[in-house]
Order: sequence, then structure tokens, then C-alpha cells
Amino acid sequence: MAEILEVKDIAQQEYLINMGPQHPSTHGVMRLVVSLNGEIVKNVQPHCGYIHRGIEKMCEKLTYPQIIHLTDRMDYLSAHMNNASVCLTVEKALGIEIPERVKYIRTIMDELQRIASHQLWWCAFGMDLGGLTCFFYGLRDREPILDIFEESTGSRLIQSYYTPGGLMNDIHPDFQKKVKEFIKYFRKILPEYDQLLTGNVIFQERTKGIGILSKEEAINRGLTGPSGRGSGFACDVRKRAPYHLYDKVDFKECLYEEGDTFARYKVRIDEMWESMKIIEQLIDNIPEGDYTAKMKAVIKLPEGEFFQRVETARGELICFIVSDGNKNPLRVKFRSPNLINLASLNVMSKDFKIADLVAISGSLDLVIPCMDR
Amino acid sequence: MKYDEFRDNESLELLKKNGTNIFMTTVDGIFNWGRANSIWPLTFATSCCGIEMMATGASRHDFSRFGLEVYRASPRQADVIVVAGTIVNKMAPVLKRLYDQMSDPKYVMAMGACAISGGPFFYNSYHVVKGVEHVIPVDIYIPGCPPRPEALLYGFIQLQRLIKSESLHEKRESMKNYV
Repeated sequence: MAEILEVKDIAQQEYLINMGPQHPSTHGVMRLVVSLNGEIVKNVQPHCGYIHRGIEKMCEKLTYPQIIHLTDRMDYLSAHMNNASVCLTVEKALGIEIPERVKYIRTIMDELQRIASHQLWWCAFGMDLGGLTCFFYGLRDREPILDIFEESTGSRLIQSYYTPGGLMNDIHPDFQKKVKEFIKYFRKILPEYDQLLTGNVIFQERTKGIGILSKEEAINRGLTGPSGRGSGFACDVRKRAPYHLYDKVDFKECLYEEGDTFARYKVRIDEMWESMKIIEQLIDNIPEGDYTAKMKAVIKLPEGEFFQRVETARGELICFIVSDGNKNPLRVKFRSPNLINLASLNVMSKDFKIADLVAISGSLDLVIPCMDR
Repeated sequence: MKYDEFRDNESLELLKKNGTNIFMTTVDGIFNWGRANSIWPLTFATSCCGIEMMATGASRHDFSRFGLEVYRASPRQADVIVVAGTIVNKMAPVLKRLYDQMSDPKYVMAMGACAISGGPFFYNSYHVVKGVEHVIPVDIYIPGCPPRPEALLYGFIQLQRLIKSESLHEKRESMKNYV
């Protein structure tokens, strides 16, 4: 005889729902097993590995300039910063001084990439919450940046532009002109983003007070990048441990104390303004000179352990290389901001509705191939 | 019509004249015209190529011009699956399941080096499927890492040509060996 359940027993039963791996709002192939009590999220269990390609293991067979090309394919929306993490580690280990010109170009490229990444995040986030117009606005304004990349680096999305010691090739003669044109254009356009989405009542109701993470919890869970700064955790590597030219330029670290989805949204919008400010300070002063330092044909790192932190558009990326003196690394480890930011999803979405889970995971801006590597 | 002849892109109009049956070709023509101009792709992206696929659907490249119109989130509503990105061993059964869930007639496009052959992860990687054709039958290959949006558009146009020269009573060559 079937067991007779009382109404209160049924209410206490957990209901498991599978979100992904093919789900349009996970932005990739991530699988979330969500336990629900009615409509309320009780637990989120992420399952990784649907795009695990073994990049770290592959790096052990490759030389240092070859590793660069795999790093773009981790976090393809901040490809330049990923390249920089390996390049800076190798340069640090070898103790070489790179030309000023390279530093200027790298900083500008990084910031352009950050704007492009935040634009894409903005359009995808708007789309997740039902605002399809955002998708077209965001990608329209992203195209000029990709054009600038394409002229100088030869590729739109995955550039592999940095090499240990400098750059793959010099910038295009029109680079400065195009960047200035873009900044002028985007300064006019960015307030439109606010008019379209930030001030929208439906959008605010779906984001304000949703997915709150306290500062203590953010620090405990290592939530970095714009998501961490939305909780008030001052974790910008560009300020804390400056690389490139970030110690010479003037910019603000965007911090919000609320820790909800709207705060994380605001951090990214503010960061786009700050990135434009950084580019404007540098674009007119690019010094003449070589675009690469003199490097040996075969790069061999001295024996030891080396690491470098960089700030990608999603958070703190650490490249950790263990070398035994050969031309291949003994072990390469990437501390991906996405995987570690994902750890907070469970805490953030607890006791919120399942419909808010899309907004919360969208506000973390996860790139799944970087998570799984 | 023979599958081999589809490879010659320029002789499609000529091929269309060489049909077998006047009635069937007329019906085919009407069907194919309708199907070729309303291919709806599935929102399926695993990695970098997905971003270029988004760019293809967005403002500058706008694939609605070619009748591709919208991405569908459910495989049951989609006509074509664009495999945009690397497929790894853990993902392969999911991809096959997605493909099986799509209703006939369905098409597959392998976008980018990873979907074609494993691409940059061909050597030394222990977890990457070396080409999506090992899992599902592929109709169109688009090379590049990642391919430009223009390349994807070109691939879609090739798919439309393929559909236009199809016949209702004949199974596609790529589908014949698929179980």
C-alpha cells in the first residue's frame, strides 16, 4: 500500500531540478542541480567538466610562447589579460625589462578588452532578464572595439597578441585615431545603457535586494572582480598589486556595499567609465620604440616557482608556473576567477526564487571554458 | 541528385534542372524554398565560437536577413544545430541527446576548428572529442578559430543551397550512416 503523505510532509519534500548543461542562461555548458522547496531555492550544486579540455596538462608539453595560444581559449572574453598573465610570469622569472611602449599598448588593450567584455556581459544580462534590446545595443557598440583589435592584432576575438617580452607585432598606424574615435563615441552611448536598463523599474525590482552576499562571505569565498567589489571587497589587482602601468594612471576602484545583484551590475557599468578614463590618459602618450624586448629564440625559465596576478574582466587570475629549467614548464596552474566566483552562487541564491537564480548567476558573469579549463 | 555534385557551389541552378520527376521537383521546390528560408538555429554554444555566433545574430551582421531569424532555446523548435566550440567526452552524450531531440529535417554545422577536428586541442589533450562528426552527422564545416561572422553567414548560405537541392523522397548522404 502506498504511503499516505500529509500536506505538510509534501511541503517539506525537496524537489530537484536540473539546469543545464544546455541552457541559454548558463552562458555555456554548466550544469546546476537545484534543490527547491516549492519555488524557493534551497541548494545549488554545480557540476563542472562539460568543457574541460585539459589545458593545464597540455601546457606541460608546450613551450612558453606556445602556452599563450591556449590561454586565450580559457577566458575568451578577456583574452588579452589571459595572455598577459603568462607573459608577465615569464618576464618576471627571467627578470627582463620590457619597453615602455609595450607597457602602454598592453594597458590600453587590456582596458579595451575590459570594456568589450562588460558590454557583452551587459547585453547577455539584459537578455537573461527579458530585455532583448540590450543584446543589440551591447553588441553594436562592441564591434568598433573588435575592429580596433582586428587591425592591430589580426583577429577579432582570440588575439594571442602578447608574447613573452613584448607584442606579436606593432600597432596599426590608425590605432590611436580609432581608439580616440571609439572613446568619443562610447562616452555618448554609455548613458543610453543607463536609460535603457539601469533605470528600468522591472529590471530594478528583479535585481535590487536579490542575491545578497555580505562582505565577510565574499572575502571568505574569494569572490573577486566586479562581483566581489559589489559586496564591498576591495580586491582590484590593478590597485593592490599594480602591473603594466596601473600604478601611473589615475582611476577609481568601483566599490558598492550592498552586495546584491544590482550592485554587481553597477560596478561593471562604472568600470566601463573608469576604463575609458585610463585609455584617455595613455592614448596620446604612447612612446616610440621597440614593440618587443630582445628575447632568446628558446625561452628557458630558471628553476623555481613563479606567479603573477592579473585582473581580468571577471576577477583575479593567477598564473602559477613551476619550472625545472627546461623549455617546458613542469606544472602550470591557473587560478580561474570564474570557478571560485561560482562557489558563492550557492550562498547567494539560497532562499530566493528560482527565477532569480538566472539573474544571480548572470550577475556573476561566468565564462564556463575558463572555469573548466 | 547526387551528393557529390553539391560540392560544386556554382552549378546549383544547373543541377536543379536535372530533376527526375516534374511533379516531385515542383513539390520539392516549394518545400525547399520554405525550409531554406526559415532555418532557426539552436542556442548551443560551448566556447569561443559561441560569441562569434552571438555576433552573427546581432546588429552588424544580422542573420535575420537570410531568414535565420531567431535562436531557439529548445532543440524541439530548432532546425539546425551549430556546434560552436569544443566538444569534450563528458559533453558528447549530451550533444547526441540534443541532436536526437530535434525534429526532422535537421542539420548540423560544425563551427570552428574544435568542432571540425579538435583544433588546438588535437594533440596532447585527453578529454577532447576529435571532431564532432564522431558523434553526430555533420552537413557543413566552417573553418576558423573562431570563424568570423561572415564565415558563419557563408556557411548558413551553403546550408540553404544544400536544402534547396534536396529531395523529399531521398535521404541525405550524411544521414544515411547515422543510427
